Amino acid sequence: MNLTLYVWRQKGPKEKGSLERYEAKHVSPDSSFLEMLDEVNEDLIKSGKDPIVFDHDCREGICGMCSQMINGIAHGPDTEITVCQLHMRKFKDGDSIYIEPWRAKAFPLISDLMVDRSAFDRIIESYGYTSAHTGGVPDGNAIPVSKVNADIAMDAAACIGCGACVAACPNASAMLFVSAKVSHLGVLPQGEVEAARRVKAMVSQMDAEGFGNCTNHYECEAACPKGIKVTFISRMNRELLKAIPQVEKKAAGGGF
Amino acid sequence: MQWYKSSLGKKYIMAVTGLAMVLFAIVHMLGNFTIFAGPGGINAYAAGLQGLGPGLWLFRLALLTVFLVHIWMGVSLYLENKAARPSEYAMKQNHRTSFSARTMIWTGVILGAFIIFHVLHFTVHAFHPYYATFVDAAQRHDVYRMVVMGFQGFPMTLIYIAAMVVLLLHLAHGIQSFFQSLGATNDATLPTLEKGGRGVAVVILLGFVIVPITIFFGVIRL
Repeated sequence: MNLTLYVWRQKGPKEKGSLERYEAKHVSPDSSFLEMLDEVNEDLIKSGKDPIVFDHDCREGICGMCSQMINGIAHGPDTEITVCQLHMRKFKDGDSIYIEPWRAKAFPLISDLMVDRSAFDRIIESYGYTSAHTGGVPDGNAIPVSKVNADIAMDAAACIGCGACVAACPNASAMLFVSAKVSHLGVLPQGEVEAARRVKAMVSQMDAEGFGNCTNHYECEAACPKGIKVTFISRMNRELLKAIPQVEKKAAGGGF
Repeated sequence: MQWYKSSLGKKYIMAVTGLAMVLFAIVHMLGNFTIFAGPGGINAYAAGLQGLGPGLWLFRLALLTVFLVHIWMGVSLYLENKAARPSEYAMKQNHRTSFSARTMIWTGVILGAFIIFHVLHFTVHAFHPYYATFVDAAQRHDVYRMVVMGFQGFPMTLIYIAAMVVLLLHLAHGIQSFFQSLGATNDATLPTLEKGGRGVAVVILLGFVIVPITIFFGVIRL
């Protein structure tokens, strides 16, 4: 099949970007979206032009690197997949495809379709962990965890930090990501002891990074490749409400 | 950082002030129904409210504060959210959000303007100073006469009905947002609260517009 691509090209963070038109010819419907872009890049390189810069790594939907708005949908037109898992059979011969980077102040553009998602790393650094003591390996099942809580934690831990929630949010808010990270540790006994400090620190860092505020559009849930529910945001709202009255000495990760 | 300066703190404040105004709107709507009991009904209700004296002013002050805080939070959220995405997408598709969710700032601005208009119309009597001189047989302010005369003519009826449709849009998103923002939702209750919120918004719309509509069609007349 033959496709017309409109790809966001921008040399660097300071340069001006624009949508450029490319023709993708003889695309196999069985190829993945990134393979299609690889072939376009081959042609660009052969004709002496700069290839399209895009992020990718595992190409099996678990690393969260590939980050593209395809026809205005984060990770493209399919549910609960990343760009690398998107197949060209989802498109028709002769289709036009618009490809843009994640757009958010907190995700500064590096080049073309590649953005800097270090803001997420800094949120994790702020308190996305449990303070574990070193020592011998604890016995399996020594700490009882209910099946219900184990499932909730697992659902939240499915987050791969790809940033689709921020990209899809009309406010460029990172609430779904932060709530998933706050919840997956907070519902387990190992993480619960630090839940109040964690939610305060992570919310402070989220705000400091310049993400927008959640106004309950729920676009994040629709975009999430891992099907993380907006009720995790509700859980985080609850968690912080409980944490606010717990006044502590200045916590390691900041907070309020 | 203080909690109320955080993004979540703003959501809490938005939710609580919003709820206060929704509760006020419901009480206001129920109060309006006294007009169906004729001049005796609504005039006695109005006289009762006026009889609260300083209590009435305390209530008005509290409501004004809630109103201003809600506007302040709403505008600052809007500006921060605009700033969080400096360059817009050339193409963007939405799947979950609604017209009412995307227009909250604008329906809010229209409602703010409408409330000022409404207070000037029926409380301050700015457009018709002689409304203040209406007195019924029991020497009470004749609110019944004022309301019936106030809704004479198509333009005024249309303004009020249009404003209530805007209120419907604002509450269709706002009521369910209250529960989500305060963390009172889960996977089982969120869909119900979304539907229920829209349902309550429709009930409030109908409850308010029934007065100008019945006056317009002459069901309620002098």
